[in-house]
Amino acid sequence: MFVIRNGVVRPGLHPSGWSGLLILLALAAAARAQDRNPFANDPKAVDAGKSHFRINCSMCHGLGARGGGRGPDLTLARKKHGNSDAALFRTIHDGVPGTDMPAALGSVGVEMKDQEIWQVITYLRSIEIKTPPPAGNAANGKALFYGAAGCSKCHMVDGKGGRLGPDLTAVGSSRSLESIVDSVRNPSRQLADGYQTVTVVTAEGQETKGFIMNEDRFSVQMMDTSERILLLEREKLRSFKKSSVSLMPPYDTTQLSDKDLRDIVGYLLAAGAN
Amino acid sequence: MGAVNTLLRHSLVLAAAVWYAGYAFGQVTFDRLVHSSREPQNWLTYSGDYAAHRFSALDQINVENGHSLVAKWVYQTGASGDGSNGRFETTALVVDGLLYGTAQDGRVFALDARSGRPIWKYQRQLPTDIRPCCGRVNRGLAILGDKVFFGTLDAHVMALDAKTGHVVWDVAATDYKKGYTFTVAPLAVKNLIIISPSGGEYGIRGFVDAYDADTGRRKWRFYTVPEPGQPGNETWEGDSWKTGGAPGWITGAYDPVSNQLFWTTGNPAPSNRGEGRAGDNLYSNTLLALDADTGKLNWQFQFTKHDTHDWDATEVPVIIDMDGKHLIVQANRNGFFYLLDRAKGKLLSATPFGAVNWTHRKDAEGRPAPDPDTEPTPEGRRLCPGAYGVTNWFSPSFNPNTGLFYVTANENCDIFSTAPQTYEAGNAYYGSAYRPADDSPGQGAVRAIKPLTGQVKWEFQHVSQSASGLLSTAGGVLFTGDAQGNFILLDAAAGNVLWHFQTGGEIHSGPMAFAVDGKEYVAITAGSALYTFGLP
Repeated sequence: MFVIRNGVVRPGLHPSGWSGLLILLALAAAARAQDRNPFANDPKAVDAGKSHFRINCSMCHGLGARGGGRGPDLTLARKKHGNSDAALFRTIHDGVPGTDMPAALGSVGVEMKDQEIWQVITYLRSIEIKTPPPAGNAANGKALFYGAAGCSKCHMVDGKGGRLGPDLTAVGSSRSLESIVDSVRNPSRQLADGYQTVTVVTAEGQETKGFIMNEDRFSVQMMDTSERILLLEREKLRSFKKSSVSLMPPYDTTQLSDKDLRDIVGYLLAAGAN
Repeated sequence: MGAVNTLLRHSLVLAAAVWYAGYAFGQVTFDRLVHSSREPQNWLTYSGDYAAHRFSALDQINVENGHSLVAKWVYQTGASGDGSNGRFETTALVVDGLLYGTAQDGRVFALDARSGRPIWKYQRQLPTDIRPCCGRVNRGLAILGDKVFFGTLDAHVMALDAKTGHVVWDVAATDYKKGYTFTVAPLAVKNLIIISPSGGEYGIRGFVDAYDADTGRRKWRFYTVPEPGQPGNETWEGDSWKTGGAPGWITGAYDPVSNQLFWTTGNPAPSNRGEGRAGDNLYSNTLLALDADTGKLNWQFQFTKHDTHDWDATEVPVIIDMDGKHLIVQANRNGFFYLLDRAKGKLLSATPFGAVNWTHRKDAEGRPAPDPDTEPTPEGRRLCPGAYGVTNWFSPSFNPNTGLFYVTANENCDIFSTAPQTYEAGNAYYGSAYRPADDSPGQGAVRAIKPLTGQVKWEFQHVSQSASGLLSTAGGVLFTGDAQGNFILLDAAAGNVLWHFQTGGEIHSGPMAFAVDGKEYVAITAGSALYTFGLP
């Protein structure tokens, strides 16, 4: 049984005794409605969508949708889970299983009906960066990433590389060129989520540096700079010091020229597009 | 109503349980509730007693042997344990060997308190268009006579037969389609069932209701937002009172001597935008002292006037008699520990128990008053605490032996920014947005407060913010939990760790204690399970 609400078919209680034909017609209308934004380019919908975005989305995606600690930059024309209106609607409406992205209804802290989702999409279209700065030479960037620049010692793309830093396979679809460049030049400005630097000293006096994979009041799970997973009990440690300084060294222009960095970013953007 | 009730009875299990345990269910009278301290083996109300101490006089588990606690049994509710439908927030009740609890999505259950084996289960079939703001949760039951009482997410109040789980009565309190839900554990007083809705994020008009325990007939209603002609309506701009919020979604306390019911309320609506509702917005964020028989307002104390930061006062108010003073205290979400005279509601002191940056002055009554320029702005304004508050709904504990008030305290700061909305019945109605400031500490702790001075005697730090309630006992111990799933036993006098257990799910409720066959147990929910612990 179905009820039709705001153009979407949901399981639920049958509202009346109408025939199956009406339901089929409504189903078809609902399917069409989900492919097309009824508020496209409507300035009033931009304002309404901005409010809904602030209330429901800015917690993770930032007040101006430029990305926060948890969510990608949504001003990019390319969206990680699909660029079309229909794909965006689906992403917002259903959420993304396995990530922090919740469904628009029935999730704690988020509540948007279909009309409000379309208004948010209208707002996002209004702030989309249509012509991003030109990226560099992806082929040269790939060579640098796995070669002279040493990025792959700590970062993976498509399953190849190290484990000490975030996997960068999809970074090109979630962060802007400027943001990626800034992370390379100033890696400690904002540590990537899940990569808190830590130095521990064991009871035997062994000092180890790495990042925290998980922790609670009584235990710590960390990866050291040799990519060993260490399982530690806090009470047995001589010291445990977190640091806001990234394990990644800052790359200035003497170590990595602007051109080479642009090429590396070009490679990451191309990888993200795939 | 369209809701179809289902009942899963386990009559054979019931018969077996009653036979081998040898229990005969005793009627829970009002007298037993008033004198609950005479039967520490039972846990008869949400907070354990009418004073809301969340203290157990059981002392079998104590400072000396607490390190040896072991898991006794675990009950799986069948609800999702990943928090997607809200967390498992119930405080169980125990009466004469039977344990009663609620879980997400309208679940109610009765268990053999010694083994965790189900006696009966009930689950309400909820409409698809309910509007719980913060998960499909429920915090527990009230018990009186031979019935248990609870509120539903579609705003019904229900009574179930305590022996079978059969529905005795089912009353629609109001229209859930306007954003009303019940998540609170009701309180039984005399022959009345006291309950109040959630919905401050939906522009409801809050109330406190009292229902006849036998029939479900409503005996009185106190609207927490006064209408024109009633005192307090002048604190609302225009018609804003009609959607003024002020829900009472945490269980209150009761003073049998004065027959006063103490109930607290949450934010005005829209929750984070003051434009359009100029004034103090009574009785939002308020402690109400109501005559339990009639619902008549005796006095009120508003903690946060004209709130625009979601600082609900829905933290458990606690009755304390100390040094000849008859007090009621609250550790409030806005970061202050308030001490009030219980007879008249006069403020005696307000002391910060966490980091606050929103006030540097007090009003004529001594109440912390907000600085200018604390309202949300389009660009965002950083304020501490954030909307989550220094504390929140999770229960504090008062231990009459140590004389200390224990509270979970979280340090956090949010950026509050405007996001105008128009009211539409049943739709979320916030009016602004908030998100953690980049430098928000996000740090939680248990703090032991000396009530008369507000001074913190000791602190136990968590690694992140915690939503765990607290339980202290005559064994000199204090139970707490954390977001990482640890259930933790502390020395109530000094705060050092005696024992801990990894449950595998975030602790998001309050512990309680009971005894069966002379053996003490402590219970806590985590993930989708109810855990119990005891001595080996």
